[in-house]
Amino acid sequence: MTATLEPEASIDADVATPEFEAAREQQKRRQGLFMALPAYLYLFVFFVIPLVIVIVYSFATRTRFGTELSGWNIDSYRRLGDPLVRDILLRSTTLAVITTLICLLLAYPFAYYMSTRSEKTRNLMLVFVMIPFWTNFLVRNYAWRVILGSDGPYSRLSEAIGFGEGRLLFTNVAVILGLVYGFLPFMILPLYAAIERIDGRLLEASRDLYASGFQSFRHVLLPLSMPGVVAGSILVFVPSLGAYVTPAILGGAKTTLLGSYIVTQFLSARDWPFGAALSFVLMAVMLTSTIVYFRKGGRTL
Amino acid sequence: MKTKKWLGRIGSVLAITLIAAACGSDGSESSAGECAVDEVDGDLALYNWAEYIDEEHLAAFAEEFDISATMDTYESNEVMQPKIAAGNSGYDVIVPSDYMVGILIAGEHIQELNQDLLPNLSNISEDFSNPSYDPDGKYSVPYQWGYTGLAVNTAVLGDDYPRSWDIVFGDYADDYSGQITLLDDPRETLGAALKSLGYSLNTTDQGELDEAQALISDAKDNLAAFNTDSSDELLTSGETVIAHGYSGDMFTQFLETDNPDDYAFFVPEEGGTRWIDNMAIPFDAPHPCTAHTFINWLLDAEEGATLSNWNYYGTPNEAAIDGLDEELNAFLTDPAVLVGGLDSVESIADTGDFETSYADAFTRAKG
Amino acid sequence: MSGITEPRSTTKRVLQANIWLVYLFFYAPILVLVIYSFSDSRNVGAWGGFTLDWYRDFGDSSAAKGALSNSLKIAVVSTIVAVVLGTISALALERFTFRGKQVFDALLYLPIIIPDVTMAVMLLLFFSEAANIFGFSKGFATITLSHIAFSISFVSIVVRARLAGMDDKLEEAAVDLYATKWQAFRHVTLPLIMPGIIGGALLAFTLSLDDVVITEFVTGPGWTTLPVYVFGLIRKGVTPLINAISVVMLVASMGLVALSLLTDRARGESAEIE
Repeated sequence: MTATLEPEASIDADVATPEFEAAREQQKRRQGLFMALPAYLYLFVFFVIPLVIVIVYSFATRTRFGTELSGWNIDSYRRLGDPLVRDILLRSTTLAVITTLICLLLAYPFAYYMSTRSEKTRNLMLVFVMIPFWTNFLVRNYAWRVILGSDGPYSRLSEAIGFGEGRLLFTNVAVILGLVYGFLPFMILPLYAAIERIDGRLLEASRDLYASGFQSFRHVLLPLSMPGVVAGSILVFVPSLGAYVTPAILGGAKTTLLGSYIVTQFLSARDWPFGAALSFVLMAVMLTSTIVYFRKGGRTL
Repeated sequence: MKTKKWLGRIGSVLAITLIAAACGSDGSESSAGECAVDEVDGDLALYNWAEYIDEEHLAAFAEEFDISATMDTYESNEVMQPKIAAGNSGYDVIVPSDYMVGILIAGEHIQELNQDLLPNLSNISEDFSNPSYDPDGKYSVPYQWGYTGLAVNTAVLGDDYPRSWDIVFGDYADDYSGQITLLDDPRETLGAALKSLGYSLNTTDQGELDEAQALISDAKDNLAAFNTDSSDELLTSGETVIAHGYSGDMFTQFLETDNPDDYAFFVPEEGGTRWIDNMAIPFDAPHPCTAHTFINWLLDAEEGATLSNWNYYGTPNEAAIDGLDEELNAFLTDPAVLVGGLDSVESIADTGDFETSYADAFTRAKG
Repeated sequence: MSGITEPRSTTKRVLQANIWLVYLFFYAPILVLVIYSFSDSRNVGAWGGFTLDWYRDFGDSSAAKGALSNSLKIAVVSTIVAVVLGTISALALERFTFRGKQVFDALLYLPIIIPDVTMAVMLLLFFSEAANIFGFSKGFATITLSHIAFSISFVSIVVRARLAGMDDKLEEAAVDLYATKWQAFRHVTLPLIMPGIIGGALLAFTLSLDDVVITEFVTGPGWTTLPVYVFGLIRKGVTPLINAISVVMLVASMGLVALSLLTDRARGESAEIE
């Protein structure tokens, strides 16, 4: 890696000597490592080591009262081929994709408009996005249950409009609504951070060049805000995929989703090897797809 | 040089941690061999279900023995058990349910009680003194008990509804489609289906379990939800009319409403679950003497009555029954509750390796 | 750098409508939650007449007050540490190339994509063994360390969304003008990435305040947090006491916002006088 970087450094050096640039480059590299080190070490101790333990467990055997670390096998990984797992995965992914898209659709214009406000207003708007989430997670879900129940405001409203009584509670729509509610801030925050830094002159320039509003959005704003879109989508998609409390409270737990399936393995079934294998494979798949996305140049869009 | 040594040390500690953690827990055991009756050897750390003992009641114990008492709460046996099993939980007394006592005994994660320190054990009713999950009660002392059954809105169903699981699993349920909940719990709900089919709710026969799975799968279309956290509230708010749930919750919930008589709870004639929660002491409890003292204190007739009158569950403490609220006692002894008699109910027992089949069957039933 | 200018009027109206829609969406359940905190019924979804009992109960319940204070302490400490570590790591990843960068990059995503129950179980095993070796008791430290472990990643991802594509010419210019590295960071870089840091901090704080499963597995005696306490109530039913606690937190946070606005204004006025 070092070898490939040095020629680049010398190409850049039109003012300073190649030696000077190379030394500077190396110093920068050392500084980068030095800055990354605290978080690196922290995550190594408090994340990687525990993670290794759990991966070891995925090859162990379930017993009545725990996990026996002997009789190493890959049965837990074999079970992942069960069509049941595939159905659950498919169902959860669909739900998570829909949630992510709706969040994106609501959050993008929100974050964009917020970016056009003065700094004080922006910060205020941001805090008012977060304040609802400093109430308790369960009571927020219960409040939605009241709103969506057969006697609740939603049902009354739909009756008044003439759509007839409707109970949204215990349907997939209610689950999606609950998930969007819970994860919308996760989309707004990175989008705002990404859009707010965009140089407004670029947008003005595109408008001056007679681009329509949509064209200037499509060719200027969106590409420039892509890091925010990607970050937000990851932050919404991943927890939606693993959510289990909201689907239980608002959806009535009538179908099994990935989140509750994993929880069931660790808790009700006390089958840690299978739970660990399931999570490990899930993490590997998601990590690989994220990395592949960035490698393919998604980052430079 | 020095830094290197230091780094090396950190590295070796990390390695040891890793290896030790991978080898499972084998922390030091504590024992109550040296204690005397009513002796305390430190503060009490109680790990209990929420709303299961009044804070003030616990404070009264602390005051009487001049120690302090803290309580932390959990929402399921399955969250509590791995924490105790992992060791160093820091708790002196835990309150596991029946089948979980069996699991904790098998894993040697709770210690044998020193019955000499528990003179009040004589207050425990004979019904509870020799449970199947802990013969002779060597490791656990019953705390509270209740049934799992069905609650119905009699204002909607009338009085002629069948006292049977058929009202959720049979054709009867079609009339109340979308107004029924079953518990979101593999053992309880499969147990209900098994009972309805005339099998034991602790079966380890895959064929019987498959039948139960099919029964739930068929009943699913009539359900509003699988729900554990608020089946009682959904019933009294009118969202549902038939709810699978726990006796104590249902009973207190009925009393919350304007017309408690509009609701009824019963264990169907085919039978249901009788659950018993128990006090036990983790293998590495920091203060085993205090733990014994607390258990013995709560077994006192007066304290037992105070406990039940506050949480409104049944007491296994025979001496405490005279001190119970009339309302509570009437409910506990109501013959209409236990339709099939005491022989029809079972406690959930751990089925060992078959446990994963239950979890799996429930997942498949849901689809 | 000039900010984004006002959009055109039709677009603007649509955007404004979206803002109100989103805020309505955010606050509709909050309104319900507030209303039911005054309800004289044990159930969170049933109206039983007006009462202040739940607020009184909150005042009387040492368990609830203790849980709230535990939650706040943990959230504040873990947020501060996570923001510092997360921001520095984001800068390292966006501004520098170094050996092991890709591994570090991947590592930072892991706490986000791991199912929380899996993280809970692995940290339980880890801390229980560590407690055996080092002889500490679980509680504040173990919970806070765990929260930092997932918060770092969230902070880092938000700050990076801000930094991505932003060049470091300004900073270099400052250094060229004989500013020290620290001065350049303090006066140039930091203000530029501030919106990212604020966003990350808000996210970390909220996540810490809401976490149940991980906290529940790594906590020790006396360190029940508010969400864990509330989760415990599931078996017997969550009461409006939790609504009351939520309302107290709402009022307190809005009070803090108002206070900061007022001090801002006061500062602005005194500046004008000068």
